[in-house]
Amino acid sequence: MASVEVKKVRKVYQRDRQEIPVLDGLSLEIADGDFVGLMGPSGSGKTTLLNLIGGIDQPTSGDVVVGGTNIAALDGAKLAKWRSRNIGFIFQLYNLIPVLNALQNVELPLLLVRMSSKERKERAKNVLSLVGLGDRLKHYPRQLSGGQEQRVAIARALVSDPSVLLADEPTGDLDRKSGEEILGILEKLNKEYKKTVVMVTHDPHAAERAHRVLNLDKGVLSN
Amino acid sequence: MNTFSLILVNLGRNKRRTVLTLLSVTVALFLFCALSGVLDTLDEAIHVGSETRMVVRNHMSLVFPLPLSMEQQLTAMPEVSSVAVQNWFGGQDPANPHNFFPQFGVESQTFFPMYDSEVDIIEASPPQGAAAVPAGMNPKLASFMEDQTAALVGSDLMKQEGWKLGQTVTLNGTIYPGSWPFTIRAIYRSKVKAFNSAVFFFHWKYLYEKSNQQATAGIYKVMLKDPSQAAEFARKVDALYENSANATHTESEREFAAGFISMYGNLPFVIRVIGLAVVFAILLIAANTMVMAVRERTSEVGVLKTLGFTDATIFTMVLIEAAAITVTGGLLGALGAKKLVTGFNLGGALPPMTVRWSTVWTGVAVALVIGAVSGLIPAVQASRLRIVNALRRVD
Repeated sequence: MASVEVKKVRKVYQRDRQEIPVLDGLSLEIADGDFVGLMGPSGSGKTTLLNLIGGIDQPTSGDVVVGGTNIAALDGAKLAKWRSRNIGFIFQLYNLIPVLNALQNVELPLLLVRMSSKERKERAKNVLSLVGLGDRLKHYPRQLSGGQEQRVAIARALVSDPSVLLADEPTGDLDRKSGEEILGILEKLNKEYKKTVVMVTHDPHAAERAHRVLNLDKGVLSN
Repeated sequence: MNTFSLILVNLGRNKRRTVLTLLSVTVALFLFCALSGVLDTLDEAIHVGSETRMVVRNHMSLVFPLPLSMEQQLTAMPEVSSVAVQNWFGGQDPANPHNFFPQFGVESQTFFPMYDSEVDIIEASPPQGAAAVPAGMNPKLASFMEDQTAALVGSDLMKQEGWKLGQTVTLNGTIYPGSWPFTIRAIYRSKVKAFNSAVFFFHWKYLYEKSNQQATAGIYKVMLKDPSQAAEFARKVDALYENSANATHTESEREFAAGFISMYGNLPFVIRVIGLAVVFAILLIAANTMVMAVRERTSEVGVLKTLGFTDATIFTMVLIEAAAITVTGGLLGALGAKKLVTGFNLGGALPPMTVRWSTVWTGVAVALVIGAVSGLIPAVQASRLRIVNALRRVD
């Protein structure tokens, strides 16, 4: 069963009076539990595609169906609720909240779910332990290394138990060793926890971890 | 952690800015409530006095006196219980001529019994002889009554001038020239907040004799037997003197006070304008602070939205954040004004300053409005922010 279906999607950005097409009638399917690498030159539309799958942007035309829901048809509040339950985002620059410690950062998505404070804390602790940061709960982002920050970001993406993890160059800001660790975690989440992973990367070595690699060029798939 | 603690964490993000904004709101609301307190005090002053005591004054103006012969005619009226002459003295303390305080020569035998229930004699010199005080007068005023140069001084004025009981105070007369020595024989404190505890009273008889019988009556205070007769009495007195050289204007003491306050002219309007200007200035400061605070967190707003926070939640969080600062500052400022300004002596014939609870709550409500309005623009901006734009932004 396909976890993600992108059907004839066009995305055009408007800059002043000029139309800039980014995705041009793109279609693809990603099966449940797949690990897909998205590669391509800068400006090819990788991040735009990731944003459309994650429901943080809307296509100009076409449909994006994730887990059976056509998210192109959802409005702002419904889309936000859907995102909080179905998608986990991992950014290149981690995007942690600097005034919250690791535990609080991971707790954030759970504020949107009916759950007791104790339960929330327990769950966040468990996920942080899963990514190997059980001893860094009270550390603030500035007290963590880049690799550790990215692991907190993965824990935050994972804590609401989404079926799809979207990673936008998750190792792009890390050294080789830390990058390997992050890729290892993503692989583990895919294999052991059956998460569907879509990862944008420029790094062919990172892309090797994926089950398959899709190449984007000028808004269309080239393979 | 919950959403409220997330708002608190955001408030603590830039502690110096939060504290400075809070302090500026505190000071502004303190000023607003203190200025409103002046209006409260003027309003209280309108309610000074009773409906039973009447004031008979010259129809032309308070500046023009009334003849002494009028006293007997008023006393003879069947509605009247007692009559007392009261005269503005307008003396200056030679040591500090710019220090203004109200001084009145009053007909003590009848004047003080009229106010017996409204003032406490808190200190008095021991009487030298066995002089009996008139009926209805506080026995503690015995020494005051036996000394022609005696003064009865309000406790606030005593404190303000640093005077002591028994001290001789010399004033220079401006209306009645010469040097006027007085001996403080008693100190009073008002039992009602509307009555000023900063007035200097002395015997009208002293004024009359030392001025070579030049002193007349500034006004007459008349105690009625039955307050329901006030309107009829006023009409009757004014009709009696209507065609004389000294036409009168008779009204209740309360109406007299209201008329006196009306002489402040547009002062209440000016005070309101200043108060509103202060509030408006602080509104701009608070709005600027909130716009900066939210702008600095643009990418974080994008992250929160990515995680599933709705536009409405983001809007509410920013508004609560703004209101938390201004309402806290407003509460501190308004309660500070209530605590610090109440009782402050404005001088003149005004009662001590009062800041009503309604003014305090108005101040807090104004702070809430400042919070809501100052948070509105950044809240709308944050809620409308597109995630892709927020995440793309590099601060």
